[in-house]
Amino acid sequence: MADKRVDKATGTQTVGHEWDGIEELDTPMPRWWLIIFYATIVFAIGYSIMYPAWPMLNRATAGVLGWTSHKQLRQEMAAADKKRAPIINALATTPIENLPANPKLLHAAEIGGRSAFKVHCVQCHGSGAAGGKGYPNLNDDDWLWGGDLATIQQTLQHGIRQPGDDQTRMSQMPAFGRDQLLTPDEIQDVVSYVRYISHQEPASVSARRGATLFANNCAVCHGPDGKGDRKVGAPNLTDAIWLYGGDRGTITQTVTNARYGIMPAWHGRLDPVTIKMLAAYVHSLGGGEASPAQQQLAETNVSAEKADGQP
Amino acid sequence: MDDIVTRSGAWALLAFICIFAAATAVDHAFSVHMVISALAALAAAAYTMNQLGKPEGPSEAALQSHYYDDVIRWGLIATVFWGIVGFLVGIVIASQLTFPLLNLHSEFTTFGRLRPLHTSAVIFAFGGNALIATSFYVVQRTCRARLLAPGLARFVFWGYQLFIILAATGYVMGVTEGREYAEPEWYVDIWLTIVWVAYLAVFVGTIVKRAEPHIYVANWFYLGFIITVAMLHLVNNISLPVSLVGSKSYAAFAGVQDALTQWWYGHNAVGFFLTAGFLGMMYYFVPKQAERPIYSYRLSIVHFWSLIFLYIWAGPHHLHYTALPDWAQTLGMVFSVMLWMPSWGGMINGLMTLNGAWDKIRTDPIIRMMVFALAFYGMSTFEGPMMSIKSVNSLSHYTNWTIGHVHSGALGWNGMITFGAIYYMAPRLWGRERLYSLRMVNWHFWCATLGIVLYASSMWVAGITQGLMWREYGDDGYLVYSFAEVVAALHPYYLIRTVGGLLYFTGAIFMVWNVWMTIRGRLRAEAPLSDAAYDPAKDHPLPQGQQRAANPAMLAAE
Repeated sequence: MADKRVDKATGTQTVGHEWDGIEELDTPMPRWWLIIFYATIVFAIGYSIMYPAWPMLNRATAGVLGWTSHKQLRQEMAAADKKRAPIINALATTPIENLPANPKLLHAAEIGGRSAFKVHCVQCHGSGAAGGKGYPNLNDDDWLWGGDLATIQQTLQHGIRQPGDDQTRMSQMPAFGRDQLLTPDEIQDVVSYVRYISHQEPASVSARRGATLFANNCAVCHGPDGKGDRKVGAPNLTDAIWLYGGDRGTITQTVTNARYGIMPAWHGRLDPVTIKMLAAYVHSLGGGEASPAQQQLAETNVSAEKADGQP
Repeated sequence: MDDIVTRSGAWALLAFICIFAAATAVDHAFSVHMVISALAALAAAAYTMNQLGKPEGPSEAALQSHYYDDVIRWGLIATVFWGIVGFLVGIVIASQLTFPLLNLHSEFTTFGRLRPLHTSAVIFAFGGNALIATSFYVVQRTCRARLLAPGLARFVFWGYQLFIILAATGYVMGVTEGREYAEPEWYVDIWLTIVWVAYLAVFVGTIVKRAEPHIYVANWFYLGFIITVAMLHLVNNISLPVSLVGSKSYAAFAGVQDALTQWWYGHNAVGFFLTAGFLGMMYYFVPKQAERPIYSYRLSIVHFWSLIFLYIWAGPHHLHYTALPDWAQTLGMVFSVMLWMPSWGGMINGLMTLNGAWDKIRTDPIIRMMVFALAFYGMSTFEGPMMSIKSVNSLSHYTNWTIGHVHSGALGWNGMITFGAIYYMAPRLWGRERLYSLRMVNWHFWCATLGIVLYASSMWVAGITQGLMWREYGDDGYLVYSFAEVVAALHPYYLIRTVGGLLYFTGAIFMVWNVWMTIRGRLRAEAPLSDAAYDPAKDHPLPQGQQRAANPAMLAAE
C-alpha cells in the first residue's frame, strides 16, 4: 500500500496511488500551460463570434464580420477581373490578324495564353509545348494545318477531327494495310520510299518500287514530292519531324492502320478571348508564320525591290 | 467437453458458410476472401477440437496467479512483422512517386492500390497490434489481475490478423470503399466490429476484476481509444452491399455529408488511434523505463478529459475551403486550436516524468527513444493546430506538408514510442535477463532519427514549395506554373524522402535482429548500458480476494 510520500528528487508529494510500481506526483498544472489553454479558448470564442460558427435551428450564426467564403471569392475574382479588364476588352475587340500591329497587346495576349496553356494544353502537348508521340511539338515551324495566327485560332476553336463540330479540321488517311489497299510487301516498298525521301535510307530497289506506289496512292494528299498539304493536314514526309515516329516499324504501322489524331474543339469550353490568347501564345513559341495578307504584302515588297534591281 | 464440441462445430459451420459464399460469389475478389475466411475458420475448428482429450491444465487458482502473456508475445512478434511490411511498402510507394516507372505497368502494383496497403499496414497492422498487445500487457499489470477470458483474447488477436489479411489482399485486388483509412469493404468491416467488441469485453472485463482500487491513467486512454474507435468505425462504415455474396457496397452518405463523415472518422482515427491509444502506451512505459513517478496527476486528468472532449470536433479542418458550410469550417478550426494544450499535456507529463532522471537520456537508449517520441509528439501536435488555421491551411492543404506532418507524428511519435515499448517488453515477456543488445537499440535510434529528419524536412520544403508555386501569380494577373512543372520541382525532395524512409527501415531491421536474438535467449557481449530494473517476483497478479483497499484518506478527499 503506497501512501503519500515526498519524492526526494523533486521535493513534490505523491498522490498516494501506486500501480505496478508507478506513482504519481501531486504537481500543480504548469501555469503557462493553463494560461495558453485559456487563451486558445478565448480565441475560439472570439473567432466564433466574428465568423459564421454556431448552428441554430434554421441556419448558423453569421458572425459579426459578415464574412462568407463565397463573398471573399467573389471579391477576389472581381478584383482580378478588374485588373485584367482593359487587356481583355481590347483583345475582345481586336481581330487576331491585327494583333502584331499592337506589340503591347500581343505580348499581353501571349502572357495570358501561356497561363491558359498550362491549364488546358499541357496534358497532351507537354508543359514545354514539345509534344510527344501523336501530339505535335508546337515549338517548331512544321505545321500540319497552318501556323499563322488566324489558322491556329481556327484549329483551337474547332479542334481536329472533333466529332459534332461542322468546322473542325477533317481528313482521314486510308488504312492501306488493314483495308487491303496495299499488300504487306507493297507497304514495305512505300516505307522504303518514304524513308528515302526523308534521307534516312539510301535509294534501293524497294524504294524505287515504292515511288510508283507513292505516286498512285499517297501523292494525292502528301503531294507528288511528299512535302504534304496543309489543306488536309497531311504532314511533310521529307523532313526530320515525325508525329508518330520515322523508324521503319512505326511508318509501317502508320501506313497499315493509318492515324486519326483528335484534338478537342475549345470553342464553347473556353471564352473567345482565352482562345485568342492561346493562339497568340502558340504562335509565339518559335514557329509562328505571318498571316497570308502580311505575307502577300511582304512578297509584293520583295518583287517591287527586285523591279528596282536591288537585292 | 460438450462446450468444446459446440464451439468447434460453430467454427466448422462458419467455414461451410464461407465456402458456400465463395462458390456463389458474384466477383472474383469476394470468393478469394471467402476462401481465406474459410481456411481461417477451419483452422479455428481444428484448434478447438484439438483441446479435446488434453490433460487438465493447471488449476484456476494457479492460473490466476500469473498474467496471461501468450497473446502479448504473439502481438509483439506481429507488431514487428507488420511494421517491416508497412515500412517496406512505404519505401516502394515513395520510390514510385520519385520514379513513376516503378508502378511496373501492373494494376496490382500501382501507387493507388499500394498506398492504402501502406497506410493500413502501418496504422492498423503495426500500430493496431502494438496497441492491442501493450493494452493487454498494461491493463493486467496496472490492475494486478489476470486477463479476463484468455480464449477471447486469443480470438481478438487472430481475428485482428484475419482482418489485416482481408484488408491488405483486398487493396491489391482493387476491393475498396475508397474511404481514407477505412478502405476495407462491408464484410471486412463487420468482421472487425465483432473482433473489436470482443477486445472491448476483454479489456473492460479485466479492469472490472482489478485488484487495485483506482484505474490507472494509461487505462483511461486505452479505453477512450477502444470505445471511440468502435463508434467511428460503426458510423463511418454504414453502407449497403450490392450483393450479399459480392464485395461492392455503397455508403449511406453522399456529397459533402459523406466527406464530413469520412473526415470526422479520419481525423479521429488520428486522434483516438494514434494519439489517445499511444498516450496510454506512453503513460505506462515511460515511468516504468525512467523508474520515476508521473509528473502530475492533476495534469493527466485535465488533459485527458479536454483531449477527449475537443478532439472529436476537429475533423472539419480537413475540409477548409470546400463545399462544407463556413460555420462547420470555423468550428473545425477553433476546436483544433483549443486542442493544442490538451495534446501538450501528454508531452509535458511524459517529459517531466524524467525529472530527477534526466541523465538516463544519456545512458539509456530506450529512454532516449521515448523522449524523442515525446518531442516529436509535441512538435506534431503544435503543427496540427497551426495547419488547421484557415490561412495556413490555404497554403498547406493538398501539399506534401501534410505528408510531412503525418510522418513526423507517425514515424517520430507512434513509431518510436512503440519501439520503446517493444524493447521494454521483449526481455520481460520471454524471461530474459536483458535485451540481446542495448547498443543495437542505439543504432536503431540514430538510423530512425536521421530517417525522420530527412523525411520531415524534405516534405516540409516540398509542401511549401508546392503551395507557393500553385498560388504564384505573375504581375499580369495569371498563374505562373502548370501542375506538371510543380510536380517536376518536387523530384529532389521525393528522392530525399525515399532515402529517409530507407534509413528508418534500416533501423527497424536492427530491431528485428535484436528482438529475434532476445527471444532466442542470446546476450550480445558488449559494454553495458543502463536499463530499467525488473523484478519477476513482483510481476504477477495479486491473489483474488486480496484486493488493495484504497487509502481511506484519499477516498475521503474524493
